[in-house]
Amino acid sequence: MKSLEKFMRKLEPTHDSKWAKFHPVWDSLYTFAFTPGETTQKGSHIRDGIDLKRTMFMVIVALIPCLLFGMYNTGHWHYVAEGTAGGFMDHFGDKLIYGLIKVLPIVIVSYGVGLGVEFIFCIRNKHAIQEGFLVTGMLIPLIVPADIPLWMLAFATVFAVVLGKEVFGGTGMNIVNIALTARAFLFFGYPTEMSGDKVWMSGIGDMAKADIPEGVTGATQLGELASFSFPQEEWAYGAEAVANIQETAISGFQSAWPIWESFIGMIPGSIGETSVAAILIGAAVLLYTGIGSWKIMLSFVLGGLAIGALTQACAVNPYMLLDPINHMVIGGFAFGAVFMITDPVSGAQTSTGKYIYGFLGGALSITIRVFNGAYPEGVMMAILFMNVMAPMIDHYVIQSNIKRRLKRLKTA
Amino acid sequence: MSRTIKLRKGLDIKLLGEAEKVKNTPQVTAFAIKPPDFHGLMPKLTVKVGDKVKTGSVIFFDKYQEEVKFVSPIAGEITEIVRGAKRKILEVRIKADAENTSEEFGIINPDSMDEEGIKKVLLDNGLWPFIKMRPLDIVARPNDKPRAIFVSGFDSSPLAPDYDYVLHGKTDAFQAGITALSKLTEGKVHLTTKANARHDVALTGVKGVQSSTIAGKHPAGNVGTQIHHIDPINKGEVVWTVNAVDVAAIGSSLLGGKYDSSRTIALTGSEIKKTEYIKTNIGASMASLLGDNIKKGDGDVRVISGNVLTGDKVNPAEGYLGFYHQQITAIPEGNEASFQLSGGGWLGSGTKKFSVNRSYFSWLTPNKKRKLNTNLNGEIRSFVVTGEMERVFPFDIYPMQLIKSAMYNDIDLMENLGIYEVAPEDFALCEFVCTSKIDIQDKIRQGLDVIKEECM
Repeated sequence: MKSLEKFMRKLEPTHDSKWAKFHPVWDSLYTFAFTPGETTQKGSHIRDGIDLKRTMFMVIVALIPCLLFGMYNTGHWHYVAEGTAGGFMDHFGDKLIYGLIKVLPIVIVSYGVGLGVEFIFCIRNKHAIQEGFLVTGMLIPLIVPADIPLWMLAFATVFAVVLGKEVFGGTGMNIVNIALTARAFLFFGYPTEMSGDKVWMSGIGDMAKADIPEGVTGATQLGELASFSFPQEEWAYGAEAVANIQETAISGFQSAWPIWESFIGMIPGSIGETSVAAILIGAAVLLYTGIGSWKIMLSFVLGGLAIGALTQACAVNPYMLLDPINHMVIGGFAFGAVFMITDPVSGAQTSTGKYIYGFLGGALSITIRVFNGAYPEGVMMAILFMNVMAPMIDHYVIQSNIKRRLKRLKTA
Repeated sequence: MSRTIKLRKGLDIKLLGEAEKVKNTPQVTAFAIKPPDFHGLMPKLTVKVGDKVKTGSVIFFDKYQEEVKFVSPIAGEITEIVRGAKRKILEVRIKADAENTSEEFGIINPDSMDEEGIKKVLLDNGLWPFIKMRPLDIVARPNDKPRAIFVSGFDSSPLAPDYDYVLHGKTDAFQAGITALSKLTEGKVHLTTKANARHDVALTGVKGVQSSTIAGKHPAGNVGTQIHHIDPINKGEVVWTVNAVDVAAIGSSLLGGKYDSSRTIALTGSEIKKTEYIKTNIGASMASLLGDNIKKGDGDVRVISGNVLTGDKVNPAEGYLGFYHQQITAIPEGNEASFQLSGGGWLGSGTKKFSVNRSYFSWLTPNKKRKLNTNLNGEIRSFVVTGEMERVFPFDIYPMQLIKSAMYNDIDLMENLGIYEVAPEDFALCEFVCTSKIDIQDKIRQGLDVIKEECM
């Protein structure tokens, strides 16, 4: 490895060479290959072994189960749409290969485009390239449907990296979660490609209506839940009858989609969000290594459960009747709880703030889900909203610390 | 009446090379007194090269507080005055002579002295700089009225010397020092020792102190932590702090009637062949203290005057022991790049690295004593990870917010967030754990400098 290091050192552009401005590019490649021999000059002479590269790498490790399951699931729902899916193990290889063919280009485009933008900005600003996008580049593919056109994805990635991050000063400076910025851009810019019943099962959009097997709607569970008509004719049918209709709708839903299947992830949805099992493996990695914040994760789930239970108790529409536990395993709730709301840069930074931030995030996710028919999934909006609110939460938490200090002065 | 403080936060970094309890007295002839040891000091020299000085002769004084004098730790001849950029005085070097004569001021019984008397003796004879003040963490200002004086009875930093061992047999000196200090404040003199540990009689038998005990990991032994939990500093207040070993030095100087610069330091670290305690004097030259005691293996060695978290990097051939330092640490210099997949690389198993997180496999052996080097283990980045500093910072202060306010010089915010309660050393562990490799102690020091300029 000595020779490789010597070789790379030799390639290092000097200040006066014409390649000088590409030094950040060289630097990123060099520090990717080697931990440089840079030593402490001020303060503490020894430093913790961890650096931002390792931190980001651990998050990617945590995302791998989601990615793998996402590939399988993409293939699985393609075959469901064709009517030949069968059980979990049937066509296992085919499903995986189909998923790989679908998902890999998305990952490549996300990384390629995003890192390209990063490099351009770093060269322009003469900064070293920071590792933030390593995770963002993996998150973006996992929160889009598998049939997303690649140009759209590229467009959204550029938008998110430039307007979500670089205008604020790069990694560590962004206000909102970058991956979710990309998703929000797609969601509002191309709603037909991001919602409805044409995108969630790979290939279903191109199929003739007649080819689709009976019973397959193409919608996600959330779409289905939101589509239950809101019975307003209570005066006509009587409260009891309405309640009955609601009960029937929701129990029909619950028997069609057993919680266990949703937990494993055999449901249509964005690539990486479906399997709670895979997400929990990721959560275990993040929590055990100490990289993810358990405070935010826990309070996010508690917030979701609390509002879920509350709405179930005083339900006025069928969606509200859904069991709060069921809310946890459908849609992007679990993925949001583990990978999205825990983003340390856009989240609350104080300990107390983290509990409040997570709880409100979870509560808001379920609130948007059950009350707003236009947005069947509330997690993305809730997290983006809480990202914006996080500095305010921190502000009040810090103010209380300041007040405590001032009070000490007065009583002393 | 003592109370026990329990800390839940903190971190003990286990390193190889703890000092064995053997005392050795090497022959040292070269000494130096270093103005940069006293942060913010503007020295005015009273000697020039070639002058003969005695132990306790004034070498320089503070330009802005002329009564604060700094004296020679040894008798001999001034050989060199080392200057740096802008002619800043870095070192005044002294060559010891054979007969060790001292400036005598007569044996003093601190019990029978009043505040003014003690103050004058300490100021005139170079004992004053042992007293530091909080806020700011600089040499105390004689005109302040300290609310209390804090003495930490132990050092919890990595490989720290054992004060029970160092202070053994200095019971009278320690008591005299405490008595002298108690004259300087209308408040209490606090002595805090480690909970659930046996202490030397010098620390347990001392009278006239408010004693407390503290349990927990480093920085339990830092006086800043103890102040925060016993009686926190508010804006406008001043407390003084003295290291326990320096209390004994003040005491033995008073009892002996002359400046006593002797001290027992610990020679520690993984790169020291034979770790031990050394009896020497303040400002002794590293070359004589270390001798050939440094391992000559592969690669360079960093020699630190002080501990690995807060000490100063010194040149092993030309450097000198710092004024406030009780130990010398030698660790490997990590100035070689390591391939990503190797033990030291960012993608590797990391069994040789130490981390508070469990992202490297070194978490499997948390109690193993490690040989850590000075590599940054990464590149400097913006703040990204949150919550890591809070885990090792046992203060009711938001560390990251305070550091940021110090970085952008927001005086109001710094005051509100508690800058008056902290010293750079309190942030040493934050700096250690920082994923973004930011020089936090330096940022806090800059913040304190701004506060000193504008508010104090």
